[in-house]
Amino acid sequence: MIIRISKKSDIPSSEITPESAYINRRKFLGASAGIGAAAFLGVGSPDMGPFHAASPLPGAGRPRTPQDLEPNTFEEITTYNNFYEFGTGKEDPSKHAHALVTKPWTIKVDGLCNNPGDYALEDFITPSTIEDRVYRFRCVEAWSMVIPWRGFPLADVINRAEPNTSARYVAFETLWDPEQMPERLWRPRIGWPYREGLRLDEALHPLTLMVNGLYGKELPNQNGAPLRLIVPWKYGFKSIKSIVRMTFTEDEPPTTWATQTPGEYGFYSNVNPDVRHPRWSQSREKLIDSSKLFGYRWQETQFLNGYADEVAHLYEGMDLKKFF
Amino acid sequence: MKPDPAVPGARPRRAANPRRQILLLKTAIWAIGLAPILWLSVSFFQRNLGINPVEKIIHIQGRWTLVFLLAAMAVTPIRRLTGWNRIIQVRRLVGLFAFAYACIHFLAYAGMDQLFALSYILEDVRDRRYITAGFAGLVLMIPLAVTSTRGWIRRLGKRWQRLHRLAYVAAGLGVLHYFWKVKGDTFWPLVAALTLAGLFAVRLAYRKKRLPRKK
Repeated sequence: MIIRISKKSDIPSSEITPESAYINRRKFLGASAGIGAAAFLGVGSPDMGPFHAASPLPGAGRPRTPQDLEPNTFEEITTYNNFYEFGTGKEDPSKHAHALVTKPWTIKVDGLCNNPGDYALEDFITPSTIEDRVYRFRCVEAWSMVIPWRGFPLADVINRAEPNTSARYVAFETLWDPEQMPERLWRPRIGWPYREGLRLDEALHPLTLMVNGLYGKELPNQNGAPLRLIVPWKYGFKSIKSIVRMTFTEDEPPTTWATQTPGEYGFYSNVNPDVRHPRWSQSREKLIDSSKLFGYRWQETQFLNGYADEVAHLYEGMDLKKFF
Repeated sequence: MKPDPAVPGARPRRAANPRRQILLLKTAIWAIGLAPILWLSVSFFQRNLGINPVEKIIHIQGRWTLVFLLAAMAVTPIRRLTGWNRIIQVRRLVGLFAFAYACIHFLAYAGMDQLFALSYILEDVRDRRYITAGFAGLVLMIPLAVTSTRGWIRRLGKRWQRLHRLAYVAAGLGVLHYFWKVKGDTFWPLVAALTLAGLFAVRLAYRKKRLPRKK
């Protein structure tokens, strides 16, 4: 028998909105309650029959969804997005991102590694075991959701690229193609393409995902298709979308928002209720929930978005107020 | 206006009645003023405002506050540029709509967004500069709204005009509030700032003309 160890980072089931597709899951879980479930880094779960049936991607492995992380609805996750390439309004990406051509897709791997090259998306994904993980998602704008991603550890990709010993960071770039991302009225001049990056130990952490699916289906364009990053303990803008390039570097790579507004956004951008944004507090967040009258519910923001048990050691000895 | 001689037999057009013009304009202002709030209310109860309805309500109310504020500021420049003096008669209505939108904008923030949690609201007003600016603008509009009546205009005499120059400060604070709120997307705040600057420039230009020449 496998014993489920509850973690501090688990979200109590009372906190979250279910999606209709997940309603059957409750019955299923009820039936299997006696069997017990495994907890893998606070994100493990029993096999999910009905969930699995929802058009799985080829190569989808055993889904891992903890019973106590109930996600936001598909509609919430796919119609309230920040993806400035398709407009700065929250609904713009869902209206305009259909123009993004995701097939074929090539990802350039370069910099300090043994296996640089241009990889087809399939070659990038296929060797990995695809799994489903439900993560909290905390935007720097102080709203949050719970999202059932589908993907694989970024560590897989990094290990296959074999970074040199001098590589200490990995940088990412989003596709920049004004043909597919036409400027409508006006677009902020924030230095396209969008860039992000992680320290290598953050990138190798098992919570860090390459995501190509949502709710067991292919990732919608507005959510960063065909391949995006998810770093659940950092503000959402770190989790770069529609990735076309991955570069291993020795020095901290420049990232879009930290370059644009260095006083407001740092390289690390770890979720931290004690480090306020210069213009607003980060101590609490609006959990988006359409079933509520006003469409959300306030909740306290957790240090490292509730993943402190897993990742706090990465920042031991660092002044997180300085390295925000 | 004379009947058009080019169209023989055409019914002579009724001479434009200035009072009628103002009445029409006022009706239009009421319609434009009430439409957004009606639309927002209906959409809210139909759950038609997207995933974050409160954010949308607050943003739309904020934009309309600025539209009415800038429209009120535009009355005198329009009057100067066109010589249509009677337009001054709609300024109070436009200004009061600006104040009404500022109030419901603040109430939506305080009630629907912050759920009237006073400690959070006070912290916001104190610590978040965009809220400080917006709140200051709203507070400045209160004396303007209060003294907008005929009685107060009479009582304050010359001082009324000086007091109501605060509208420029309030509008400036409103634009600043908008500027500081956005993340990178400064297009509309810039449009608002340039509009306000343009209106101010027209006013200054006419003011200079009126000044007596110094010897």
